[in-house]
Amino acid sequence: MSKVSARAVAILKDGLWTNNVTLSQKLALCPLLAVTATATNGLGMGLATTAVLVMTNLAISLVRGVITPQVRIPAFILVIAGIVTLVDMAINAWGHELYKVLGLFIPLIVTNCVILGRAEAFASRNGPFYSAMDGLGMGVGFTFVLTGIGAVRELLGSGTLFANASLMLGAPMRFLETTVIPDYKGFLLMILPPGGFLVLGFALAAKRMLDTRDAKKRAAAASEPASACH
Amino acid sequence: MVGTRPFVAGPFAHAGRSTPMIMAWVMIALTPATVFGLGLYGWPAVFLFAVTVASAVLAEALCLKLAGKSFTTLQDGSAVLSGWILALTLPPWAPWWIGAVGSVLAIVIGKQVFGGLGQNLFNPAMVARVALLISFPLEMTRYVAPRPIFGDDAPGFLDGIAVTFGFGGQVNMDAVSSASLLGHAKTELARGVPLSETLSHGFDLAQLVFGTTVGSMGETSAVLLLAGGGVLLALRIVSWHTPVALLAGILVPGMLFHLIDPERFLSPLVHAFAASTVFGALFIATDLVTSPVTRTGQLIYGAGIGVLIFVVRTWGGYPEGMAFAVLLMNAATPLIDRWVRPRIYGRDRKGRPLTAGGTR
Repeated sequence: MSKVSARAVAILKDGLWTNNVTLSQKLALCPLLAVTATATNGLGMGLATTAVLVMTNLAISLVRGVITPQVRIPAFILVIAGIVTLVDMAINAWGHELYKVLGLFIPLIVTNCVILGRAEAFASRNGPFYSAMDGLGMGVGFTFVLTGIGAVRELLGSGTLFANASLMLGAPMRFLETTVIPDYKGFLLMILPPGGFLVLGFALAAKRMLDTRDAKKRAAAASEPASACH
Repeated sequence: MVGTRPFVAGPFAHAGRSTPMIMAWVMIALTPATVFGLGLYGWPAVFLFAVTVASAVLAEALCLKLAGKSFTTLQDGSAVLSGWILALTLPPWAPWWIGAVGSVLAIVIGKQVFGGLGQNLFNPAMVARVALLISFPLEMTRYVAPRPIFGDDAPGFLDGIAVTFGFGGQVNMDAVSSASLLGHAKTELARGVPLSETLSHGFDLAQLVFGTTVGSMGETSAVLLLAGGGVLLALRIVSWHTPVALLAGILVPGMLFHLIDPERFLSPLVHAFAASTVFGALFIATDLVTSPVTRTGQLIYGAGIGVLIFVVRTWGGYPEGMAFAVLLMNAATPLIDRWVRPRIYGRDRKGRPLTAGGTR
């Protein structure tokens, strides 16, 4: 069991940081740039994608034995499209405010390269449990980047954080809504598309910086005992 | 013996001119128009100028430190010059944070992200100006009529602090703000007022030429800018190609459309001397990093900027289009450089080696 959980943790860590959808794989940038004008929108889009990703990975892993390699891509797309349609209808029914904001981007999750990418790269080669874990890790990793970029853009652009979160995620989430800088003039550029590109660029640079520092530390730690021997 | 001798493959010549020297000459050339502008708009303009230049230098130092580069590039003066040019394109009574935010945008996003001096695709000062104009349209379009620094109606030192930094005095900005000529013409045209009526009492060519008019801090005095630009041309720090092509790019369509309908299209003289035309032609478009390398390329580039300025001023949403035009042609610069390649020494235009004794 410990071996199983160790692998599950490794898969989750891979999705959250090491092989993060946006910061490392640079996939799914289109929804990222389009919906991250506020932290709330980023969170909503991230959660919707996570739900889809867990379900599609699970479904594809279950049917992977009966899909022949020649037709796998159309088969994956059909499974993904079916599940996205379900999620789309579910959000429209139970989260209508969220649906109004995210709009077209929910059905467009079908074309999100992450979903097909994980189906091809992971779910079609691994068992259902690990595939679902991979979907969860990738989805949560995507969600935290979307929410983070949304938060930076919202903070710089309009001086608030999680504005309208209660409309979207229900009244209990009202505590998230904060006005960080009162009487803020608003830095419009950050809310417009250029802001998305700028913040994404700085996020990528920050990830590289942290990774480089990490690698240096590890190299130093690895070389130290060796030099002590000599 | 490889590596002991410098790379010698062609007849190279070095003018002995370094980057700091070029930057220093550009600053000297800008000084008359700057001093005039600062005097014309009083203490608030002086404070804004100081804040903008200081922020540019600080931002550059911070970026160099983060990137682990040496501070020697800080001494070449390019950061000072970027801040300087940006300050001259700002409304003179803008609040201090406009200058600070603008300088950070110019240096960090316009220049250092690309790798520093010489690597940037876009003119840093213009990147900052466009970002500011889009983000803070109110502050970036609130101009004031000139109030010479020691004149009767000029704000004193403390009132200047109040205007720029927002404390220590009372100045009602709405009471002093005034429209620039291009802005005024644009809003009146949008209301359906013909130009002859709009400009019947407000247009004085001499005012435009000498610069005692409503506008950005340093871009109003055509005469002083031309004098400074003349120095740069005489020293061959900039070539005449870009400025001349740029002016032609504005004046030719300006003349044509003015002849077609003088009630709707401004006179080419207004286009030539109003707002940032002269400043942009001599000091912004001629930026060595972001303009094409060849003379022919510079002609295309300059003409493109000129035509785009005319288009933005005439049909665009903003009264002035210099920054947009320069950025668009900056983006086209790699393409122009690819298209118009200089002839390689010793070869003809198609790259074939020249034969001794003339053509065959």
